[in-house]
Amino acid sequence: MTWGPLAEIAVFTALAALGATLLMLPPGLAIAWALARGRFPGRTVLETLVSLPLVIPPVATGLLILWLFGPRGPAGRALAWIGVDVVFTWRAVVVAMAVMGLPLLVRTARAGFEQVARRYEQVAETLGAGPWRVFATITLPLSYRAILAGALLAFSRALGEFGATMVVAGSIPGRTRTLAVGIYSFTETGQDQEAAALLAVSVAIAFCAVLASNRLARTAAVR
Amino acid sequence: MTFDLDVVLRQGGFELRVQERVDARAVALVGPSGSGKTTLVEVVAGLRRPDRGTIAIDGRVLCSTAAGVHVAARDRRVGYVPQDVLLFPHLSVRRNVLYGARDGASADLDDVTELLELQPLMTRDVASLSGGERQRVALGRALMARPALLLLDEPLAAVDLPRRHRILQALLAIRDRLRLPMLYVAHAPEEIRVVADRVLALDAGRVIAAGPPADLLSADVMPRGSTTRMIGGRGLEP
Repeated sequence: MTWGPLAEIAVFTALAALGATLLMLPPGLAIAWALARGRFPGRTVLETLVSLPLVIPPVATGLLILWLFGPRGPAGRALAWIGVDVVFTWRAVVVAMAVMGLPLLVRTARAGFEQVARRYEQVAETLGAGPWRVFATITLPLSYRAILAGALLAFSRALGEFGATMVVAGSIPGRTRTLAVGIYSFTETGQDQEAAALLAVSVAIAFCAVLASNRLARTAAVR
Repeated sequence: MTFDLDVVLRQGGFELRVQERVDARAVALVGPSGSGKTTLVEVVAGLRRPDRGTIAIDGRVLCSTAAGVHVAARDRRVGYVPQDVLLFPHLSVRRNVLYGARDGASADLDDVTELLELQPLMTRDVASLSGGERQRVALGRALMARPALLLLDEPLAAVDLPRRHRILQALLAIRDRLRLPMLYVAHAPEEIRVVADRVLALDAGRVIAAGPPADLLSADVMPRGSTTRMIGGRGLEP
């Protein structure tokens, strides 16, 4: 068993999960805020859509991403036009992780926004603050623990992402192979020691991330 | 200062229906809980939309459902201090006070700090303030936004009896030195007698009496309390 490729897989997975978390933060927070505060037509539909990746098979989500970002998909064509390939590259790994982690971020951040008393925001409004200033100086600071907890949860989910990643990125050693996909591939080829090593790394990283997320969520609830 | 209040607001089984034109510097709202005092203040602050009506302060229309005017809360220039004052818990006292500060606020800050005796509180943590201190900081925060009207919801409610005179002094200073008109929900007879020059008594969403404090204090519509002796003893009676 050589450690180099295994460490490479672990580092690649952590970086991809981090990238996915950063990628989903802006849309995730926007959706969470809209669901927490907004009253608009289609709110329930948006709420349902965002939660779908939690309940439909990850492989099916992967297939949807493949259609979207494939060479003939709308997003894939637009990106190809600026010279960016997605499917079966590291970018596909990040996209798959982001889509699968998004519901967890949105749910946790939304709960955080809902806990911020609307009346603090109203007082800020009477002091002349516009919606962006209210969000940046009142809502966000008062809910940052919940947002951080949600981001960590989504990061942990991204670390373990398998089904969608397999469909859109495959298991290309040194290019798209993640911890979860690696464990599966090594097991398939009878490399049990490698699979066990990746398993141990997966458990260790996920344990730390979920522990931190839970602690943050608890202190967020106490505030 | 003329307060034109013509408001109809329905919420569940409750209906607030107020139609009053009041000339005063400080208007006290009195009435039992659930009579609509806080709702009226929130409507004037722009935090609730009336179903129908017009609100104008000295001719400046803040809201008119007939004309389709609804000035947003942030543009109303009202200093609003809710009953639970709601200091921003994640900001220092200083940053709370400066939250709504307009350009060139350093002179304002000196004035407000002096008026409300905030200097010793500036470096304190919001969580460590007493009820009276919180009220003064919230007043300072409201004043720093250079409001044209001050809206207060029971400014004495969370203040210990011995410290109430300080808040009353602050309210008098705001009324007389800053000449800032006030509409406030009154909690105790003292804050009506000392601060208000007009009183609106509400019950079940309707104005049941209106007039100068002296006329209404004898009537059966004023809040009762045991604080007269405490405050009166400090020489704040007019």
